[in-house]
Amino acid sequence: MAIMHHPDVATLMSCSAGSQPEALAAVVSSHLSMCPACAREVGRMSLIGAALFETIAPVEVASTAPIVEARAGEADNPPPPDVRPSGGAIPYPLQKRLGLTSFDDIPWRRLAPGVWDHRLPLTEGATGDLRLLKVAPGVKVPEHGHEGEELTLLLDGSYSDATGIYRTGDVSDLDNTTEHAPVSDPDRGCICLVASEKRARYKGLLARLLQPFTGL
Amino acid sequence: MADLLQRVARSRDVEAFRKLFQAYAPRVKSYMMRQGADPGTAEELTQETLLTVWRKAALYSGDKGSATTWIFTIARNLRIDKLRREVSWQPLPEGHAEEASDDPAPDEELQERERRVRVRAVLDALPKDQAEVVTLSYVEGLSHSEIAERLGLPLGTVKSRMRLAYDKIREAVEDLR
Repeated sequence: MAIMHHPDVATLMSCSAGSQPEALAAVVSSHLSMCPACAREVGRMSLIGAALFETIAPVEVASTAPIVEARAGEADNPPPPDVRPSGGAIPYPLQKRLGLTSFDDIPWRRLAPGVWDHRLPLTEGATGDLRLLKVAPGVKVPEHGHEGEELTLLLDGSYSDATGIYRTGDVSDLDNTTEHAPVSDPDRGCICLVASEKRARYKGLLARLLQPFTGL
Repeated sequence: MADLLQRVARSRDVEAFRKLFQAYAPRVKSYMMRQGADPGTAEELTQETLLTVWRKAALYSGDKGSATTWIFTIARNLRIDKLRREVSWQPLPEGHAEEASDDPAPDEELQERERRVRVRAVLDALPKDQAEVVTLSYVEGLSHSEIAERLGLPLGTVKSRMRLAYDKIREAVEDLR
């Protein structure tokens, strides 16, 4: 099925610049592995980096060129074409990180009836929150807003909110101007990769998500 | 420059490599410093960037982008790996076997140069507020939220300025795909 919801252009630019917070970068890179159109766009955006690079004022370099005479043979062989296994529904960058190819093998933690998560570690010192979320069919998340940047990539099943239906490969790119109350697919539920640049913020979302179950 | 890179790739030409170093090292170092590296670290990362160029030259293919774009990509990736010490979720491709070619078709090389010239022209002509956010993102390495904080703007404003800038860039290179 064609991908209908893509990350915001500004989100792709931040990726191309290499200045995206790690958690958000995980979602964007997973989406790029599923979406050739966005991958091409990010490729085109690297022209911006190159053009600006040419305008940077050079500074004096103290060292000379590395001595490469002795390293004549030290050439990387071209890597094999990037074979992206199509089996398994987990996007390739995520597979590499998890070391797993099937959602069934993920050690899900049960949060509440019908809601599971699995947290992905970020580099020490990186702020934000990155986790996989699995939601049973027909679960409604209470209306909530967002703060800072938050990205959700649909990996399996679907969910819908006022902005449309999100299916595999779709990205919901939200900021503080959006409020929504998503409902998971009535038959399949959904699995998504959720990134928030602010950790505290995610806890708030989680609390609201669990509200109907825990009465927090 | 693409020429020097081809010589390094094909015949491991040390003299060509030295020339590449002289041409690019001062900007790579400057880039690393703008990204927050102290001069010593910037110097090390510059050495490492150019060494990567030496090692990976065979992967460079002129038809996928100019030497400058390629070297910028390597510097960008190293900056995430080494300066932020983060796991690279977002490495941009530095070249793949299937894409390597001996000689870029002349018209493709020309198109690539033309694209860069046009992007540069658009960037030079951007309104100051748009040029500012693009530079903070690409050169200073700030996230959108950090840019918003630095400029005292709402996050949404930063993102819409980025979008406006890119609309113009895309328009300028659209016929050159």
